[in-house]
Amino acid sequence: MLTIKNLHATIEGKEILKGIDLEIKAGEVHAIMGPNGSGKSTLANIVAGNEAYEVTKGEIIFEGKELLEMNPEDRAREGVFLAFQYPVEIPGVSNATFLKTAINEIKKYHNQAELTPKEFLSLMKEKSKILGMEEALISRSVNVGFSGGEKKRNEILQMLMLNPKLALLDETDSGLDIDALKIVSNGVNLFKAKDNAVLVVTHYQRLLNYIQPDFVHVLYNGRIIKSGGKELALELEDKGYDWIKPELVESETVYRS
Amino acid sequence: MNEIKEKDKNPEDLSEDMKVLDDLTTSEYKWGFITDIETETVPKGLSEDVIRLISAKKHEPEWMTEWRLKSFRYWKKMEEPHWPNVQYPPIDYQDLSYYSAPRKKPLLNSLEEVDPELLKTFEKLGIPLTEQKILAGVAVDVVFDSVSVTTTFKETLKEKGIIFCSISEAIQGHPELVKKYLGSVVPYTDNYFAALNSAVFSDGSFVFIPKGVRCPMELSTYFRINASETGQFERTLIVAEEGAYVSYLEGCTAPIRDNNQLHAAVVEIVALDDAEIKYSTVQNWYPGNKEGKGGIYNFVTKRGACRGRNSKISWTQVETGSAITWKYPSCILQGDNSIGEFYSVAVTNNYQQADTGTKMIHLGKNTRSTIISKGISAGRSNNSYRGLVKIGKNADGARNFTQCDSMLMSDKCGAHTFPYIEVENESAKVEHEATTSKVGADQIFYLNQRGLATEDAINMIVNGFCKEVFNELPMEFAVEAQKLLAISLEGSVG
Repeated sequence: MLTIKNLHATIEGKEILKGIDLEIKAGEVHAIMGPNGSGKSTLANIVAGNEAYEVTKGEIIFEGKELLEMNPEDRAREGVFLAFQYPVEIPGVSNATFLKTAINEIKKYHNQAELTPKEFLSLMKEKSKILGMEEALISRSVNVGFSGGEKKRNEILQMLMLNPKLALLDETDSGLDIDALKIVSNGVNLFKAKDNAVLVVTHYQRLLNYIQPDFVHVLYNGRIIKSGGKELALELEDKGYDWIKPELVESETVYRS
Repeated sequence: MNEIKEKDKNPEDLSEDMKVLDDLTTSEYKWGFITDIETETVPKGLSEDVIRLISAKKHEPEWMTEWRLKSFRYWKKMEEPHWPNVQYPPIDYQDLSYYSAPRKKPLLNSLEEVDPELLKTFEKLGIPLTEQKILAGVAVDVVFDSVSVTTTFKETLKEKGIIFCSISEAIQGHPELVKKYLGSVVPYTDNYFAALNSAVFSDGSFVFIPKGVRCPMELSTYFRINASETGQFERTLIVAEEGAYVSYLEGCTAPIRDNNQLHAAVVEIVALDDAEIKYSTVQNWYPGNKEGKGGIYNFVTKRGACRGRNSKISWTQVETGSAITWKYPSCILQGDNSIGEFYSVAVTNNYQQADTGTKMIHLGKNTRSTIISKGISAGRSNNSYRGLVKIGKNADGARNFTQCDSMLMSDKCGAHTFPYIEVENESAKVEHEATTSKVGADQIFYLNQRGLATEDAINMIVNGFCKEVFNELPMEFAVEAQKLLAISLEGSVG
C-alpha cells in the first residue's frame, strides 16, 4: 500500500529525515517509536503533504501513485488520513459542516454520490457513539473549546467518518488518560481491516498494549535503526532507547517486510 | 450559515452552492458592465441653480427646495473631514454631475413601461423585476443612478397601510410624513457628506409601517450606479410606528470605471414604542482594480433613532466593495429599554480602505446595545473599526457588549481598532473584547488534509469567522454574502 524509499527531508534547511525506507501492506499495523526529535512526526506529516517540510530526496508510492507529486487534498482524497498531534481550531465552523464537506469532497473525487443529510447524520451518530462523544458535539465549532482529550477523540471520529485506506496517527495517545486511551484504541481497532493500514507514531509503549502492532520501527536521528515485531516495543519500554544506539555503529539495519 | 438552515436544505442545493462558489472564485468583479441607455444628466458643477434645477426636475414643493438650499449653504461653510484612517486625493466637487436619469423614465405605472434595457440590466444583476418572478416575500425598489425605476408589490403592501415607494414619490404623495421625519435623525448640519446629500439627494426609498403592523415581506432596495462622473446621493427614510416591524434589505453595485465615483447616502430610521426595524446591507460597489485604480468612494451616514420605549433597531452589514468606505450605522437609544444592534463584516482586499463601525448612544434607562464587528484584510488593504459607545447620565442600567475581531490574510495589509467609550452613568456596564488572528498555514493544511482544496478551505475559515454576523442576515442575503466574500478574497492567500 505504502512504499517509502530513501526519503530525505529538511525543515528550514535542517535535515530531519536522512534516508527512510519503509513498506506497509494492507491489513498491517506499524508503529514508529523513537525519542523526541527523532523525526517521527515529520515522517507522518510528509506522507500527508505538509508543505512546511521540504523533501530533498527519495519517493513515496501509495497504491501505485507517486504521492510527492500530489497536493495534500488529493492525497486525502486518495485515502491518506493524518490524525494530528495538535488538532487545529476552526472557529464558527461546526463539526457537521466540516465533516460533511470533507466526506463529500472525497466522494466527488471518486465520482460517488454525496451523502444525504440523513445518511450523514446517522453515520455521525453511529461513529460518535463508538468514541463516547455527545451528540451536541455535532454543532460545536471544530475543536474550539475542546479539551486535549476531546480533540484527540475528534481526530479518531474523523478517521472513522472518512474511512481512509491509510491512517497515520501522530502521537494520538499523548495527553490521554487511561479511559480515553482505551476508547480511542477501541476506535482504531474497529477501523482496522484487511484492506486498510495504520501507522502509529508514538513515544510510549502504553498505546501499543491496546493497538497491537504487527511491526515496530525505531526511528533515531532521522533513520530507522531497528525494526521488529511487537516485542520490540516492550523491550524499548524496559531498556529505553540507549541500548540500541551502539547497534547503529555495527550495522545500519534497515527493515523490509 | 446556521445548522437549522443547513439541515433544511437538500443536498442538491448544497452542491449548487459549492458550484456557485467555484464559479465565483475564478471570476473578478462581475457587475462591472455598463448599460447603454440614453440618460439625462445635468452639467457638472454644484450651485444654487443646479439644486433648483434638480428640485424642479423632480417637481418638488417649495419647502423641499428651500431645505435643499439651506443644506447647500451650510455645506459650503463646512470642511471635508480628514479624521478617518483613509487616504485619497482631494475631490473636486465642481467636477461632478449631481443628477442623472434614464431619459425614458417619466412616471411609471407598471413594469411594462420600464425601458427594456433597464429590465435587462437588472436581470443581469440577478434582480428580476417582473413580480411573478420575484422571490416570494421580497418587495423591491430599484434605484438606477439618480432615480427610482420601479417599486414592486406596492399594491399588496398598500392594503396593510404600508407605504413603500421612492423618496421622490413620498415627497409628492406623503409630504406630511416626509416633513415630520426627514432630517430628524440626521440633520443637514450633522456632517459634511450629510449636508451635501441633503442639498442634492436624488432618490432613495421611503418606508412607513403604521401602528401595529408587521410588514409581511422583506422590503428591498437595489442601488445601481451606471453613469460615469456622476455622484450618487440616495436618501432613505424608514419609519416604524408603535408596535410595527419591518426587515429592510439594501444591495448595491456599479460598473467598472477607471475614475473614482462618489457615493454619499443618508439613511434615517425611526422606531417608535415597541417597534422593531432590521436593516441589512450587502454593499458591493466596485472596489477598484488590483492596482487600486478606480472604485467607489462610499461616504455614508446611517443612523437610527429608537425613540420609543422597548424599540429595537438592528443593523447588519456586509461590506465587500468600494475603494473607500466611511460608514458608521448608529443607534440613538432614547426610549427606555430600547435595544441597538450592529453586526458587521467588512472585507478589504488589494488597495481597498475601510473605516467603519458604529455609534451606540445610550440615553434612556436600561438601554442595551450589542456590537459584533468582523474585519477581514487581505492584499495591501487597510481595515479599521471605529466605534463609540456613549452612556448618558440618565441611562441607568445601560449595557453594552462589543466584540471586534480582525483577521489578516497577508503580510502587507492592516487591521486597526479605534474604540471610544464615554460613560457618564455609574450603573452602566460596558464590555469590550477584541481579537486579531491570521489565517494560518496550519488551519489550511488541516482542511487540505481532510480533502478540501485551498480556496474552499479559506472560504470555510472566513465564513466561520463571520458566522455570528451571517446568522443575522435573511437566508437569501446570507448566501449572497458568502459568495461575495469568496470573490472578494479570491487569490488573496497563496
